Order: sequence, then structure tokens, then C-alpha cells
Amino acid sequence: MITLNINKKTYNVDVNPDTPLLWVLRDTLGLVGTKYGCGVAQCGACVVHLNGEAVRSCVTKAKRAEGQKVVTIEGLSENNDHPLQKAWIEMDVPQCGYCQSGQLMSAAVLLRENPNPTDQDIDDAMNGNICRCGTYLRIRKAIHLAAEMKRKGI
Amino acid sequence: MKQQLKIKSDRYFPVRTITVITIMLSFIAIMSSAFETKEAFTSKDVTNDHIVKDSVESVKAFMQVYKVLMSPRCMNCHPSGDIPLQGDDSHIHTMLPKRGKDGKGLYAMKCTNCHQPENTVGIHMPPGSPAWHLPPSNMKMVFQGRTPNQLAKQLVDPKRNGNKSMAQLLAHADDALVMVGWDPGEGRSLPPMTHAEFKKEWTTWINNGAYAPKP
Repeated sequence: MITLNINKKTYNVDVNPDTPLLWVLRDTLGLVGTKYGCGVAQCGACVVHLNGEAVRSCVTKAKRAEGQKVVTIEGLSENNDHPLQKAWIEMDVPQCGYCQSGQLMSAAVLLRENPNPTDQDIDDAMNGNICRCGTYLRIRKAIHLAAEMKRKGI
Repeated sequence: MKQQLKIKSDRYFPVRTITVITIMLSFIAIMSSAFETKEAFTSKDVTNDHIVKDSVESVKAFMQVYKVLMSPRCMNCHPSGDIPLQGDDSHIHTMLPKRGKDGKGLYAMKCTNCHQPENTVGIHMPPGSPAWHLPPSNMKMVFQGRTPNQLAKQLVDPKRNGNKSMAQLLAHADDALVMVGWDPGEGRSLPPMTHAEFKKEWTTWINNGAYAPKP
């Protein structure tokens, strides 16, 4: 039995401690907003926050998250109103949408650490998140917009 | 006679002065020499107490050390740029993660976001260690492209080796992240000798004076 704190809720899950966190989130707890992409830490679709860092849940074992603070796309904001989520809608970023929860979780770490990122900062932060639809330019615009919204308190 | 004695006395007066000055100078010289000897001894005691200087043995050992340091398992995390290298062909790391100020990555691209506390099972999966990182940006400790002469000099220079003393340098052979080189995960070649052999050459190089091969 492992105790996990996910999106401010405590869960006791009966899983092998070596099970990837992604499996626990999706298959055990039904939090399916986080996606399985490559399974080898190459695409970024499975990014969640572990103590505020954008870890790849497909290679992060459940035991690493035990007693730590996990946030998934479902817990990024109370009402889907994180500046990034609002900017994503404003810019109509997603196409197929599969990678977007990972993109948002990575972008959230960027904005927390750098509230006014340049294009280069965005590239440096987002290079690990692949989008097969090629929405990169809209992602970049949306991050700039979210940064502006955050600065203005919108 | 009195006149003669006065003349004699005048003639001998400078001799006594010279004698006094000579004694004083000798005393000063002896004192200075005593301090100098003590200082030299202290310096030698601190830096070279266990070192038997043998440039031939030292250089010979370093050439073996160099083969390991330039193998992908060591060099890949000591790149000349700010992006680590990857694989046995030392290509630029996919996803282009950057060093960052502390060597632990940037924003959503921190090393330990993918590199777990231990190796992830499977071929070419991320290798792991609890403190996976590159050297920090203010001391990059580059291996890539260094000649044996350049690398040997860099390794013993505290301003370029992470502020390590000789004792710390010796201990670095057993550093957890260094040890990962010999447990790199599936699909990666090992350094050209065992860790025990490497440590022996590393120790021989340092204990024989840490000489740099000729340029």
C-alpha cells in the first residue's frame, strides 16, 4: 500500500511500488487527463508536477511520489482558470489535443520560475514536449499571453 | 706615548663597530632562516606529505585515466557546450536540455525530471542517480575536446576542477555519479577498463605528482 497526495487529496493505493506513476494515475485512480505517449521519457505527454517539478510520470515510479506532492492537469487550477488554460483557449492552441496536458504542465513550471519568458526561454523549457500536430507556434504565443495575463492579474 | 695610544685607539674604534654590526646581522639572518625553514616545512607537509613525485609513472597512469574520461560515459556529461551529449556516439542530447546555472537543467527540463534515482529498466531508457546533473555554468569542467595535457592541468586546478583539493580529487573516483559510468543501463558501452583499474590509475597519477603529459 502506498500513500499518495495528488491534487491536494490523499489516496492509499495498493500497487507495486515500482509501478510507473502514470499507470497509477490513469488505471488505478482514473485521472486520465495525463496521457501516455512514448513510455520512455521522450515525448512529454505524461508530465505531472512532483513537488513542483515537471516530471515524466511514465518513468517515475510510484514509490518516488510516496509522501510527496503530486499535481496533475486536473489539479492545475480550481476551475480550469489558470492563465495558461485561459490563454490556450484564447489562442485556440490544440489541434488533436493529445499532448496538451503535458504542454500545459511544463509551461506552468516555466511561468512560475520565469514570469516574463523570451522565445528562447520558452524553447528551452518546452523542447521536451513534442506535438505531432505542430502547434508549437501557437503554444509559444499562448505562453506569452499567459505571462501577460498573469502580470496584469487577469 | 699617550699620543701613540690615542692614535691606536682611534684606529681600532671602527673594528669594534663592525664587530657589533656583524653580530647583529648574523642574529637577524639566523632568525630569518629559522622562520623560512619552518614555513617551507609547513607548506611541504600540507601539500605533499604522501606524494612521491615520479613524472614518468604519473604521466603513464594519466594516459590510462584519459581514455576513461574521454569515453562517452564520462565525457557526455562534460560537454563543451551547454547541452549534454548522449549515446556511444556522443550526439547532442535529444530534446536539447540545457545546463542551467546550477547544472541541474532549466524550467521544465531539469535532469531529474527524466533521470530517476536509479536506472530505468529497458534498452536506452534514462540512466539514473539521485543527483543527476552537469557541472554548473560558472565552472563547466569541460572534457570534450581537451588534450591529455589540457585535461590533466584542468583537473588539478581548483579554479577549474570544482574547487577540489588533491584529497577530494582522489575521493572523486568513488563519487556516486562517477560510479554510474560503470552501471550505465542497457544499450550503453562501458568505459575501457573496470572501475577498480581506473581508480588504481587515477590514484597512481595523483600520488606520483599529478603530472600533465607533454602538450
